[in-house]
Amino acid sequence: MDLSMLWYLVPSVVMLACGVYGFVTRKNLIAILISLELILNSADLNFVVFNRYLFPDMMEGMVFTLFSIAIAAAETAVAIAIIINVYRAVGATDINIVNKMKH
Amino acid sequence: MDSVGNIIVYFIVALAIVVFSVLAVKSKRILRSATYLLFVLLATAVAYFQLGYQFLGAVQVAVYAGGIMVLFVFSILLTHKPDDKSGTIESHRRVLGIVASAAGAVLLLFALFYMPLPHDTSLAEALAGGPQITMHDIGEAFVGSNRFQYLLPFEAISVLLLACIIGGVVVARKR
Repeated sequence: MDLSMLWYLVPSVVMLACGVYGFVTRKNLIAILISLELILNSADLNFVVFNRYLFPDMMEGMVFTLFSIAIAAAETAVAIAIIINVYRAVGATDINIVNKMKH
Repeated sequence: MDSVGNIIVYFIVALAIVVFSVLAVKSKRILRSATYLLFVLLATAVAYFQLGYQFLGAVQVAVYAGGIMVLFVFSILLTHKPDDKSGTIESHRRVLGIVASAAGAVLLLFALFYMPLPHDTSLAEALAGGPQITMHDIGEAFVGSNRFQYLLPFEAISVLLLACIIGGVVVARKR
């Protein structure tokens, strides 16, 4: 039995679908952020798998994944700072309560 | 032909990714959800190790499973009561979520199986096809300015992280 690249891409698709589902259905801001991390992680896994199977003598996919991890860390830090600030102002992290910007 | 150990490790990783990602978006308690996300990130790190990118797996464990998860746990504990449920979701949003994720997954799987990808390349062949990536190669790729070297993005990331530190402090400080 061979582990071809499809074997790694199918769990990544499942991870992405779970992330999209959580992003649409969750009501809590931090839970939405967790779903976003799932989506980002599946994209990272795809970069690495394509690099290993299609261009094994190069390392561009790995470098892109390293940059992507750094940007994801930065984005999460700022998002959590904003969420904590929103919690101080409103007293909740529920997206049905935090809707002042809509009106 | 791949070795039996690689196949067993692959199945553990794939099962962990699938099960824990479903649990991470279905769990009612947000702290459990964050823990399941941690398991997904660790399984991804094992996949990176298996694919031959040791440095990337170490970065994944240190930055994602270490740093980002600590941020998540701290923010959850700052914004939630101990036995707080994440709240159930309205039915129309749930249908919308299932439709969006299922349609996306079907479309992606269709594209995957009909693209002319090299389906017969095994992991052992792919690993043998390239040189072992050393720390020397990674360092040269990050701070060189030739072709396939990334000094400018590297510096841009460091400026972005500095902006993030300042922005995080300014946004979250007490007034």
